[in-house]
Amino acid sequence: MKKKTLMTKDQQRSKSRNLIVIGILGLLIIIAFMISMNTGYIKLSPLEVIRTLFGYGTEKQRLILFEFRLPRIVIAVLVGMGLAVSGCVLQGISRNALADPGILGINAGAGLAVMLFISFFPSTTAAPVFLLPILAFVGAGVTAVIIYALAYKRNEGISPMRLILTGVAVAAGISSIMIVLTLRLSPENYQFVATWLAGSIWGSNWKFVLSLLPWIVILLPFVFSKARVLNVLNLGDLTATGLGASIEKERRLLLAAAVGLAGASVSVSGGIGFVGLIGPHLARQLVGSRHQFLLPATALAGGFLVLVADTIGRWILQPSEIPAGIVVAVIGAPYFLYLLSRLKD
Amino acid sequence: MSTPAEVSAEIEKLTEIKKHSRPIMAIVILFGGVVALLFSIGLSISFGAADIKLATVWTAVFNFNPDLTPHQIIREIRMPRVLGAAMVGSCFAVAGAIMQGMTRNPLADSGLLGLNAGAAFMLALCFAFSPGLPYMFLIMYSFLGAGLGAGIVYGIGSMSRGGLTPMRLVLAGAAVSALLGALSEGIALYFRIGQDLAFWYAGGVSGTKWIHLQVMSPWILAAMIGAVILSRSITLLSLGNEVAIGLGQKTKTIKVFGMLIVLILAGAAVSVVGAVGFVGLIVPHLTRLLVGHDYRWIIPCSIVIGGLLVVLADLGARMINPPYETPIGALIALIGVPFFLYLARKGGKEL
Repeated sequence: MKKKTLMTKDQQRSKSRNLIVIGILGLLIIIAFMISMNTGYIKLSPLEVIRTLFGYGTEKQRLILFEFRLPRIVIAVLVGMGLAVSGCVLQGISRNALADPGILGINAGAGLAVMLFISFFPSTTAAPVFLLPILAFVGAGVTAVIIYALAYKRNEGISPMRLILTGVAVAAGISSIMIVLTLRLSPENYQFVATWLAGSIWGSNWKFVLSLLPWIVILLPFVFSKARVLNVLNLGDLTATGLGASIEKERRLLLAAAVGLAGASVSVSGGIGFVGLIGPHLARQLVGSRHQFLLPATALAGGFLVLVADTIGRWILQPSEIPAGIVVAVIGAPYFLYLLSRLKD
Repeated sequence: MSTPAEVSAEIEKLTEIKKHSRPIMAIVILFGGVVALLFSIGLSISFGAADIKLATVWTAVFNFNPDLTPHQIIREIRMPRVLGAAMVGSCFAVAGAIMQGMTRNPLADSGLLGLNAGAAFMLALCFAFSPGLPYMFLIMYSFLGAGLGAGIVYGIGSMSRGGLTPMRLVLAGAAVSALLGALSEGIALYFRIGQDLAFWYAGGVSGTKWIHLQVMSPWILAAMIGAVILSRSITLLSLGNEVAIGLGQKTKTIKVFGMLIVLILAGAAVSVVGAVGFVGLIVPHLTRLLVGHDYRWIIPCSIVIGGLLVVLADLGARMINPPYETPIGALIALIGVPFFLYLARKGGKEL
């Protein structure tokens, strides 16, 4: 009954309406981009920003925009997209409204891998930046497998609640391992890791943009192309099999994509949680639950969210900065509680 | 009023508990535990950067001579620390036992249900807005904070459609802890008190001083006595609300007092050691396995075993990577997480 009403709702929301919503989200990102460009120690007016972007700015303005602010903004948007879409895919394949790479412990696994790497290759400048996303992917993947195995019961499969509970516990375990590891780090590396763990967009550098970009550029379109599969998976295993989807294969592929997106994002942003939770839910409110529209809207909502969080974090307590992860957690945790209170077992 | 059949069923349950409780085992644990606790306290005091023999520990305690440096070290640095660890362990363990018994929730633990995060958040506020507040007031704010955390978690849990299931409470606790943790971190960054707070996130007893113990012990003593007095009623509550009412218990009053005791114990412990979780989860389960389901035995045994666990964890924390100290919170989590997973896998069934 509920599904039926959902479908008719979706049909009512015509394609053009959804496209407009997605367009508005894109516009919001551009506005946030302009505001974020102006946020910081040195103020630049929107006009100056535009002029500089088209190559008419002064040397100093160019330096500020292109070397400091722009890479950071680009990373914030990319990370938000990656995490949000990863959460959306996880929610789709597990049919679990509370799934999020941060809550499930996948981010923590990626973090542990990155941290191990940093403790073995002490100087961060020499560390090959391109390796980080790969390492994070491996860490996230291993963690995902562990969580899946621990939450799996032969007769019952995976229940949403047990999956999340397992994720929470595994994340707690991993973070305690990380605390033990941090003690072995030198003070400079410790500082680096501490900021990183709090989820600040620290890699404000084109190198990090380049290391993240391929993952997003390849995996996002891949996931978008699987939108129909996700729609079918949403109907439940039996229906999906009946409609001819090879469930397990598709599910594993999508899971790998979600882990890749989360891992790569985490490797440059650190522990930003809850984006994968809020992004998809926000998008679902706006465009309904068909993944053809849901996925792009989720990506935009996630990018917008992290960009705004990072901007707020830079602006609210000037001149000190609050990591975007903290800002997102302050918004995201109450939202999680709200969802939790509405969810039935 | 309950029918005779119900009454006889309740009495059957009670006798079953009697059958399953093992007083002899409990007495063995109490005595053996106290001996083990004293021995590990001595061992922990003797272990450290300056090499001190166990015999010196003995004389320093019973035959204090202020002119001897080892005696000074023992009295001023090591003793408060180790005694603090033992106290904190007992507090968390008893708080966990009471919560598990009253709510029949096997996953109840002050760390998991947001109490510890609440207390830590309040302490962060204290450090930010009135630095140098005497410990006597800090501990009060810590109680308040524990109450705040518990209030939010239970409020959210009971607002939800499916009711207060153990899993839901744990998830709400995780989210509230994340929120309060993020807020504390923000405060720490803004007021630049990160260094003061850092050891609290991880958990460490190294900063314990005599003054902490002095302020803390009356509270803890009162709470522990209260817990022992309540233990019979908690046993009845652990059979279910209806059964307890049927047997003439004022369940509301018991719950209010029980919660108050939990808040005091958790708040006091957090104000010394920081947000250490899982002690209150592991110890009561272990005790229940050993001595059965009668809380008149579970609570005293939890006091001893909880103290033992944290003293040993602290000793281990100093031995792993000397001269650095591994945060005991992390160390206990390494034991606690697998244990939690095991319990969660069993489905979080009611006790």
